[in-house]
Amino acid sequence: MTLDSVSLSRLQFALTAIFHMLWPVLTTGMAIFLIIVEGLWLRTRNPDYYRHARFWAKLYVLNFGIGVASGLPMAFQFGMNWAPFSEAVGDFFGTILGFEGTMAFMLEASFLGIMLFGWERVPPLVHFMSTVLVAFGANLSTFWILTANSWLQTPAGGQFIDGKFIVKDFFAAIGNPFMRNSVLHMFFATLETSLFVIGGISAWYLLKKRHEEFFKKSLQIVLAMAIAVAPLQIFIGHLSAEQVYHYQPTKLAAMEAQWETIPAGQAADWSLLALPNDRAGRNDWEITIPKALGLLLELKIKLSEPVQGLNTWASADRPHLVGLIYYSFRTMVAIGLYLATLMAVSVVQWWRGQLDRYRWLLWGWIWAAPMGYLAVETGWIVRCVGRQPWTVYGQIRTVDAASNLPPAEILISLVGITAIYLFFFVFALYFGSRIIRKGPDLTLHPPHNSVLAVQHLPNQRPATESI
Amino acid sequence: MEPLQFFLPQLWFFILGLFLFLYVLLDGFDLGVGILSITASSEERRSILMTSLGNVWDANETWLVLMGGSLFGAFPLAYGTILNALYLPAVIMVVGLLFRAVSFEFRENAEQKFLWNYAFGVGSFLAALGQGFALGALFEGIQVDGAGHFVGGMFDWLTWRSLLVSLTLVQAYVLVGSTYLIMKTTGDLQKTHFRTAKIATITTFLGAVFITVSTPVLSEELRVHVFEGDLVYIFQMIPLVGAWLAWSLFRSLQKAQDIAPFIWTVALFLLSFIGLGFLIFPYVIPPKITIYQAAASPSSLVFMALFVGFLIPILLAYTLFNYAVFRGKVVAAEE
Ligand code: HDD
Ligand code: HEM
Ligand code: HEM
Repeated sequence: MTLDSVSLSRLQFALTAIFHMLWPVLTTGMAIFLIIVEGLWLRTRNPDYYRHARFWAKLYVLNFGIGVASGLPMAFQFGMNWAPFSEAVGDFFGTILGFEGTMAFMLEASFLGIMLFGWERVPPLVHFMSTVLVAFGANLSTFWILTANSWLQTPAGGQFIDGKFIVKDFFAAIGNPFMRNSVLHMFFATLETSLFVIGGISAWYLLKKRHEEFFKKSLQIVLAMAIAVAPLQIFIGHLSAEQVYHYQPTKLAAMEAQWETIPAGQAADWSLLALPNDRAGRNDWEITIPKALGLLLELKIKLSEPVQGLNTWASADRPHLVGLIYYSFRTMVAIGLYLATLMAVSVVQWWRGQLDRYRWLLWGWIWAAPMGYLAVETGWIVRCVGRQPWTVYGQIRTVDAASNLPPAEILISLVGITAIYLFFFVFALYFGSRIIRKGPDLTLHPPHNSVLAVQHLPNQRPATESI
Repeated sequence: MEPLQFFLPQLWFFILGLFLFLYVLLDGFDLGVGILSITASSEERRSILMTSLGNVWDANETWLVLMGGSLFGAFPLAYGTILNALYLPAVIMVVGLLFRAVSFEFRENAEQKFLWNYAFGVGSFLAALGQGFALGALFEGIQVDGAGHFVGGMFDWLTWRSLLVSLTLVQAYVLVGSTYLIMKTTGDLQKTHFRTAKIATITTFLGAVFITVSTPVLSEELRVHVFEGDLVYIFQMIPLVGAWLAWSLFRSLQKAQDIAPFIWTVALFLLSFIGLGFLIFPYVIPPKITIYQAAASPSSLVFMALFVGFLIPILLAYTLFNYAVFRGKVVAAEE
């Protein structure tokens, strides 16, 4: 790659997206966990659940701040670096981003204040509703942004006339072929990642024998939810692969590093590991599982549609970072399987009453904490890099989507933003681990909520230990 | 042209103006408080300043996202061209907002707060500066070709007039920030901000006078627009009303009133916005591209207007609810 403005804009978009993605994962998924612990508190009035809500909220808000901050450059980039793209698809794509802001972001941001600092200022039920609305807002934003992104994969609901997209039917565009599965896959991705982060941190406390009763509770809640989430995510991942198979043959070929076409009606081997060689148009070596490709894609041995090979397209019409796409896909799948296995083993131990007995099992949970993030990032790489050379699949090429900016200008922002993100990343890890090492405040008392208390309490952000 | 093709872009011009106004007012006081925090004399005071924003800054900033998203949907051409032309001011603003946002969380957890105090103050200042340059550059006009695409250079936005606009905007943010703090604080801290508010009133007023005077002098097109258009009465009224509002604001500061200064400031902001709106209308990329040329297709505008129009009252309602829950003065947290 040379340093032309298209490559620089791509690099900048990729970096900012990869960085942004790290934070919403936890805020969207953990919000649902927070509803559950707060609900349990309201039901049982056991103060431990209240303390859970307060403790995890500390990690939540740390992530939230960086999520909001890093989301801004994402939104502005569409105009700054991708002006021709914005002009061509703004009628639909811009409308959806507008919806995301008005419906989702505002809801989330407004009720967050009450959720974090309003414990003493509003009655418990109003507080609970605020938590629900924050979670609802976050997931609504997942819905809209994934709708927008799915439309880039399978543009529907209108026509491109002179390179500009004219919407005929908004609901058809929103309900484009990829929308349902992609929204679900992302929804479960945030939930699953958050669950295993919470579970991993809880396991760390159990291993250290700190606050064992307290963290056994959170591990159990996590496990109960994971029973449904982990297998469902694999199933929806499978549906996602199926839709790629139908709609985006170039991406499927890259995911599987298939260079030659396999005709319909045949059985095909599934490549487990390989060394794709883009220049030669083949894999230098490969380990395959016989006849497994059909099973994976369609749950039967013989393919009902052909799998087209990468060599059938001209070089300019197919993705090139085949190795990246291929291994990203395998990383994600391996993580999906690992998390589901961990869940299954833990459920058996829980049932035997020995959930916190085995060190290896707790270590398995600690290792699982960062895995979800890795799966999310690799999933996005499959999706976005696999879409190349198109920004809007089959319609607008990435080279035509980019603004014609002086490379120096992009370089300034790219270098600046990269440096700032690295800096933030290091500090976020540092402060996050401090919050965890410090642990929950088990002396914290649930709010009393008398009128008096409401009036005399300062409008305070919990600046001191009493968070 | 059909009436709808006039009405819809105008409606969206108005909605975007509303979002931008709410942003400039609400995040304006956040940024103003941020800039003032650089001068805070103690860690405790700084804590109070930041606490007064803790529950609202994020929602306030979101008005900018709303405005960006809606501009993207309603005037896609303008979204691309403007951000293309104002690439560097936008980067300055975004970097400023990045630092501002993370400082809230990082300072909270840090033992050495020093670094994040400055990140917060300087970030707020940079954000305001970037926005001011963008506004100034928009005033001066953006060079476009016949299709409305940007054809100017990388530093077109950097002129002494855009610098003046930018510094004035910074002053205006400091003004609304200090009147907000007058409302939210007590005692010595409040006294300090009566003082800063008075200074800021004067500096903002001077900046505004400079801009008002230099605008028709420097730009032929604007001169015609202001003095020979149908709106000449309105353009004559605005400076008079502005002077009266500034005077009233100053008086209320002298009398050390609690809430009135903030209200007067809001009125001043509103007036400037109305003036700006009349000055720019019907252009969305001044001086060439009108809202009718840059608008999305009518079906998109209708579709968006239906949903967003329905949501605006709801947004405003829960924004008010949020402010009501956290009404009252901020006092030092008991350590
Ligand atoms: C998991 C879903 C998800 C995905 C795929 C994205 N985001 Fe995001 N984004 C969120 C989930 C989210 C969120 C959870 O809703 C955030 C994090 C913290 C917050 O306030 O909202 C957020 C914040 C956030 C903000 C700040 C909102 C505010 O100020 O309140 C903007 C402007 C964007 N995002 C824009 C984008 C763009 C342009 C994306 C894609 C290119 C994108 N996000 C991907
Ligand atoms: C065996 C399990 C899995 C399979 C078969 C699978 C399959 C897929 C496929 C085919 C895509 C690409 C979709 C496209 O390009 O349109 C994808 C995307 C993605 N995957 Fe997975 N996946 C699995 C597990 C996971 C797990 C465990 C996570 C995270 C916790 C995850 C997160 C993502 C994300 C965030 C994307 C991009 C957004 C989206 O398509 O929704 N995946 N996955
Ligand atoms: C859901 C919201 C998203 C949308 C609307 C979106 C859209 C886009 C667009 C417009 C581009 C630039 C044009 C192009 O290169 O085709 C792009 C590129 C890219 N995005 Fe996404 N993206 C989204 C989320 C993400 C996330 C969360 C990640 C990573 C974690 C990601 C990874 C990438 C990468 C790696 C590229 C560069 C691809 C390349 O140039 O080879 N995207 N995406």
